[in-house]
Amino acid sequence: MPTATPGVRRRGRRTGVPYVFLAPAVILFLAFFLAPIGYAGYLSLRKVRISGLGLGRGSRTEVFAGLENYRNAVTDSELWSGALRVLGYGALLVPTMLGLALLFALLLDRPRARLARFSRTAIFLPYAVPAVIASLLWGFLYLPATSPLNDLLARFGLPEPDLLGTGAVFYAVVNIGLWGGVGFNMIVLYTALRAIPPELYESARLDGCSEIQVALRIKIPLLTPALVMTTLFTMIATLQVFSEPMTLAPMTNSISSTWTPLMKIYRDAFATDDRYAAAATSVLIAAITLLLSLGFLRLVQRRAFGQEQ
Amino acid sequence: MTRTLAAKILAVALGASLVAACTSTSDDDPAEPTGPVELTFWSWAPNIEKLVDRWNADNPETKVTLSKQAGGADIVTKLLTAAKAGNPPDLAQVEYQSLPTLVSNDVLADIAEQAKPLAEKFSEGTWRQVTLGTEAVYAIPQDAAPMMLYYRTDLFGQFGLTVPKTWEEFAQTARTLRGKSKKHFLTTFSANDPGWFAGLAQQAGANWWGIDGESWRVTVDDAGTKRVADYWGGLVGEGVVDGKPMYTPEWNKSLNDGTLLAWPSAVWAPGVLVGNAPATKGKWAMAPLPQWSAGENRTGNWGGSSTGVTAASTHKAAAVRFATWLNTDPAATTMLVRECAVYPAARDAQSGPALASPPDFFANQTDFYPLAKQIADTAAGVTWGPNVNVTYETYQDVFGKAITAKTPFGAAVDAMQTATVDDMRKNGFTIAG
Repeated sequence: MPTATPGVRRRGRRTGVPYVFLAPAVILFLAFFLAPIGYAGYLSLRKVRISGLGLGRGSRTEVFAGLENYRNAVTDSELWSGALRVLGYGALLVPTMLGLALLFALLLDRPRARLARFSRTAIFLPYAVPAVIASLLWGFLYLPATSPLNDLLARFGLPEPDLLGTGAVFYAVVNIGLWGGVGFNMIVLYTALRAIPPELYESARLDGCSEIQVALRIKIPLLTPALVMTTLFTMIATLQVFSEPMTLAPMTNSISSTWTPLMKIYRDAFATDDRYAAAATSVLIAAITLLLSLGFLRLVQRRAFGQEQ
Repeated sequence: MTRTLAAKILAVALGASLVAACTSTSDDDPAEPTGPVELTFWSWAPNIEKLVDRWNADNPETKVTLSKQAGGADIVTKLLTAAKAGNPPDLAQVEYQSLPTLVSNDVLADIAEQAKPLAEKFSEGTWRQVTLGTEAVYAIPQDAAPMMLYYRTDLFGQFGLTVPKTWEEFAQTARTLRGKSKKHFLTTFSANDPGWFAGLAQQAGANWWGIDGESWRVTVDDAGTKRVADYWGGLVGEGVVDGKPMYTPEWNKSLNDGTLLAWPSAVWAPGVLVGNAPATKGKWAMAPLPQWSAGENRTGNWGGSSTGVTAASTHKAAAVRFATWLNTDPAATTMLVRECAVYPAARDAQSGPALASPPDFFANQTDFYPLAKQIADTAAGVTWGPNVNVTYETYQDVFGKAITAKTPFGAAVDAMQTATVDDMRKNGFTIAG
């Protein structure tokens, strides 16, 4: 957008036109982003005060709580075990997801790749399935009584695993995330690969590079910015994992209502009617997510975007 | 939520039934301001629109507009939010256990002045649910959900089992069955359904909340509850009762293929079975819930709902008149049974013509509703507290954990008590003891 740089563009009259164009975006941003965040911040400092039985008129008042809600959130062991679980989930999901996405993108980008168009669509398609639907579908596949896998194992007299059991359920959730997310990341990486000038490959091949060497020494280094971006998106998505465990929870005893931090927020706000605690936890998680994202960006910035400056 | 699902499914099954052709008379309250009145009504009961249409046809001066809602738990959240925003409906369908939460949030009006005379139309236990044991009246009861035992007659015959009359016999039956087949379970203990557990505990004499003057008494860990928890914990630990949750695809399959032989459930169960286990039509029978000591006759309630008038309503008198008609008028309660598939809370309606024949799914059991009425009369009264949602939510977590970690159920009950009391103290409720 052309902006008036001091000393360069002086002849035009100052008009409100840019502001008029900006207004819709700014108003929407204020009304649907900043205002709710502000309200959440406000709620997080409040609490309910009940007198006596709490049944009469006006026996419930909202009072200032200071940092009490934050103190409760920080000292809540359920929240932190949920957070640890999500970190573990991310530690497993992010590398696996990006590894697979990169592998598929490189395979599809190979010259003379067969069935490229079909494979691309097939790998991407799960991304179009909403997480709730995907979790329901996988739920059917996991539940021992409805799982075709268990049916098959039973036929051969083999032991049947309970994929929604205490230990396995974690991997079951990772698997759903993986299934739904690899396609999207693959497309991003694949698109970035197509943007690399083919002359580079030609000269590499003339110098005697094999396809694998082209992939490792040329494609991957040039993909770094796209990899950084997809990693960041995946990390943020990981921290917000909610739909999958929430949908699976009623099917199994192994997923509690505080399995992930977001599930705890949902429970506080909508099941146990404590929107103040939910607001405080939300603010806390937003802050942590922001810090982690910024930290990651700072870590990789020079490597990834160094050549652009 | 399960209650809603059940009602929905039953409605589909009974959707084609006829509507009784009686006319209702609207008794005009002289104190009522004249002129047309518009009321809004939130409900999740299937086909409730037919009752609203009927009312509107007969009462052009009091027009009720219905807004269909998702269900018992969702409607509470929505009502709390709407009341806070200042635009709640005039009337809402509310499950009994949610009444104190809504009253405590100032959502519901005290309608004692108009509704008090209705007390005689309901059983004492049912009425206590809408007064919360106080002088006030916060809603008019709509349906009752007494618990009973459903079992597969064909499979009981096949395995040579008899219908257990006591819980001791029930446990023995579960063991005998496991001795004969490793594939079958008598039933399952569900960590997903706190309302189910609450009903079973009520039968054993549990009363989780009480009011002592100006303070609450919280006894989620009372002897009755502990007894029920220890009993089921023992059976699950022994491996003779399954520990899988209800209302899952797996549970549906087990009901359909007969790997689960019995289900302690409520009067609305036929509707669930129609939808979730259609292959088993005519193979089930209903009996009273097993008892804690032989010769006793007690049960609890799993669900049930009422119609409340909101505190913000500007037409409370008209709203109470509609709620009264909806839940006590013979024409309305007949429609409630036939169209909405609920078991009416009003005593007259329980022996009304609508309940003369058994549900289709239980066509063989001609005494289904007479037996249901007998059982309903033995339902224990109960006082609900202001944070049932917290207790219920904790139930799902701690019992789920107790089953997977194979720890005693008694400790899970203790955790429910602690969570309930902590939450009440945090909010400033006065608690006795």
